[in-house]
Amino acid sequence: MKKSLHVRYFAVLREQRGLGEERVSTGAATAAELYEELRARHGFTLRADRLRVAVNDEFEPWGAAIRDGDSVVFIPPVAGG
Amino acid sequence: MAFRMTGSPIAPAALVEGFGDPRCGGLAFFEGRVRDLNEGRAVQALEYEAYVPLAEKEGERILAEARGRFEILRAECVHRTGRLGLGDVAVWVAVAAVHRGAAFDACRYIIDETKARLPIWKKEHYAGGASEWISCAERDGPAAGTTR
Repeated sequence: MKKSLHVRYFAVLREQRGLGEERVSTGAATAAELYEELRARHGFTLRADRLRVAVNDEFEPWGAAIRDGDSVVFIPPVAGG
Repeated sequence: MAFRMTGSPIAPAALVEGFGDPRCGGLAFFEGRVRDLNEGRAVQALEYEAYVPLAEKEGERILAEARGRFEILRAECVHRTGRLGLGDVAVWVAVAAVHRGAAFDACRYIIDETKARLPIWKKEHYAGGASEWISCAERDGPAAGTTR
């Protein structure tokens, strides 16, 4: 059963994807599986161990289950301040 | 809200004006400004991009941690998004305490955690037209999508 997710991209991921957000239909069970699927599809250069992930506007572990309708953001290395 | 992201210029003088508290004898302020050189390259402008809903939640958590760890009465932080020129204020932190020690310590804690934890990204624009997302290069070379 495929789920429909809302994925947002920022900074280097946004540029590599060529857009800021999209609907993704996936069979991935976890955030980690979803990233690997998208990385293979779009050629993202950053490996998952350099990123964090947020689901529904909260940081989550990579093993977190993703559910239909979730909003997912992959967070490249930050550089605020 | 004590923590906020803004796309408008930060004007510290006006913010300081509104920050006083008669209980507080020690006030510490920090301004992070855009400088003209990073790792030997001449910088002309910076662009900050933020995941605002999570940045604001995490920013509020940092301020709450500071209030829990240090003897302070007030803490605020403002961080820019968008394109900034040399000398522009990128981040502003203010702390008010009864005494100076806690004010300095909390101010330092807030700016350090802000830089380490908030989902904010910085693209540097260099003299000559190249640009690069800071910290986003892979170990085996610059991230694709950046230019040198």
